Amino acid sequence: MKPKAILTLLLLTLLPFSIAHAVLKIEITQGVEGASPIAIVPFGWQGTGAPPESLHAIVAADLQRSGFFAPLPEQDMIARPVDPRQVNFANWRALNVDHLVVGRMAALPDGTYQVQFQLLDVHKGTQLAGYSIRSRKPDLRRTAHQISDIVYKVITGRPGAFDTRIAYVTVTGNRKQQKTYRLAVADSDGHNERILYESNRPLMSPDWAPDGRRLAYVSFRDGRSEIFIQNILTGEAQKVAAFPGLNSAPAFSPDGRWLAMTLSKDGNPEIYVMDLATKKLTRITRNDAIDTEPAWMPDGRALVFTSDRGGSPQLYKVPVGRRGAAGPVTRLTFDGNYNARAAVSPDGRRIAMVHREEGRFRIAVLDLDSGRLQILTNNRLDESPSFAPNGSMIIYATEDNYRGVLSAVSVDGRAHQKLSLQTGDVREPDWSPFKRRGN
Amino acid sequence: METISRIIIVAGLIAVAAGCKFAPVKKSGEPIEEAPPPVAEQPAESEKEKRYVIGEEASLDVSAINDPASPLAKRVIYFELDSSQVDTEGREIIGSHARFLAAHPEISIVLEGHADERGTREYNLALGERRAKAVKQLMVLQGVDPNQIQVISFGEERPVALDHNESAWRLNRRVEILYSGY
Repeated sequence: MKPKAILTLLLLTLLPFSIAHAVLKIEITQGVEGASPIAIVPFGWQGTGAPPESLHAIVAADLQRSGFFAPLPEQDMIARPVDPRQVNFANWRALNVDHLVVGRMAALPDGTYQVQFQLLDVHKGTQLAGYSIRSRKPDLRRTAHQISDIVYKVITGRPGAFDTRIAYVTVTGNRKQQKTYRLAVADSDGHNERILYESNRPLMSPDWAPDGRRLAYVSFRDGRSEIFIQNILTGEAQKVAAFPGLNSAPAFSPDGRWLAMTLSKDGNPEIYVMDLATKKLTRITRNDAIDTEPAWMPDGRALVFTSDRGGSPQLYKVPVGRRGAAGPVTRLTFDGNYNARAAVSPDGRRIAMVHREEGRFRIAVLDLDSGRLQILTNNRLDESPSFAPNGSMIIYATEDNYRGVLSAVSVDGRAHQKLSLQTGDVREPDWSPFKRRGN
Repeated sequence: METISRIIIVAGLIAVAAGCKFAPVKKSGEPIEEAPPPVAEQPAESEKEKRYVIGEEASLDVSAINDPASPLAKRVIYFELDSSQVDTEGREIIGSHARFLAAHPEISIVLEGHADERGTREYNLALGERRAKAVKQLMVLQGVDPNQIQVISFGEERPVALDHNESAWRLNRRVEILYSGY
């Protein structure tokens, strides 16, 4: 069945059950041929009224978005088992399905819910995983994402990134002087949006701390660019850089102890690293050119950044140590005359960037081992790429009919989705790290 | 004599029209009705009849800041794509303000740098600053104290033209001169 039909079906099945709709609407714009067929059977329900969330639909949507799975439409399911003992594997082999997820949810007397599910191998007729999760009502979507992560990990061998969040900036308002800028965080499927900060002055460059509890960003609330770090749980914001000139492009180090940034206080935009405990600055670049958009390598020992020292923006890499640059600056990009805004993959082997070709700005990925540059998107004005924490997808900002929207593409370029607001623009996404206990 | 006056008036009108090509200025600038007098002429005889002489901004008083007919009314300098080079017209505008500011060290300005929407936001923030600094440097070279000038960049975050084509982009690649408190 064509991906669009699958999506329509998923949306139809979602309608009777979903109570909260996504502020950010997600739409699959390009499915994948050859994805692994899987059936996620509607979960059994023990409770009064309709179930508070349609867990199977959330899981199916997650798995389809990854580009690796093709969930079987419900109308093709000839049986609806909710327990492994009810499964007749021959049925599912006849449907050419490789894996099966069955489950059930029960309302408990204390107001919480018990969710149980099993992942089954259809060809071997065996169980690959089985879990029981107790969950409060507001956490049920999260439980579904955790199920998706487990299914993804067991089958592909790689961690899933469904139980994650994205931070982004939204801009609404018609007249250019009356715009409202908001810093927001949502589940990576667009649900549960929370506004963290709102202003009528511009906001830019949100960056997650590795502990998932803080966001650094650039705000013009005091009339010029300054860097803030905000605690997501408490809402408390701290100004960390307000030097003369630019204060921009914040980037947390992988251990969360340092913040790389771009400051122009010493004459022109340079890269610095700030020790967040002492606020002490260490200067990294020394060059008359613009040096900006620092991005850490996962070992915390080098920075990739944008510089126009060669005449136009390109990506460079510099090892960093306690006293600043710990080695020479080397150039990374040689294709075309505009490569900027690096995002390093979690395994450090690939760098996503904004690449200009024939006047169009597109997302490209450089493989550091082979030196090969692959262009992943085909639009006019793409920017702000960010990797999912499992490295499998890249979220970025683009436009649709001149409105700012977010888009996600699988790292091989095959699966595409679009995330858009009802009104206004969405921009500058940053994908959160994996969630830790207590987040 | 008459022919020469006519030529001067026409030349002046052309110069004014060429200068008004990119309409937006911070003040509601009406096009000057009369041609500016040639440099050699005498300054106005009475306070009521102000005449402005290009090149003699140093003699202006503070009220010229708010006068839409004065050479200080042009407050925007435009740039080519990816560039922070100031062109001839930009230099003329900068020159007027520089001469005025050099003579009025008590007056401060803000230079706001901007870029069009293409390219990455952070690089554009830096490019906006580079443009504003280029303007500042030209002013300092003409005798303005650096402390009179503050530079702020908004990158691509504060466009004046919201379309997505070159007519809009060229209006957004700019530095604006702001006189605070006047």
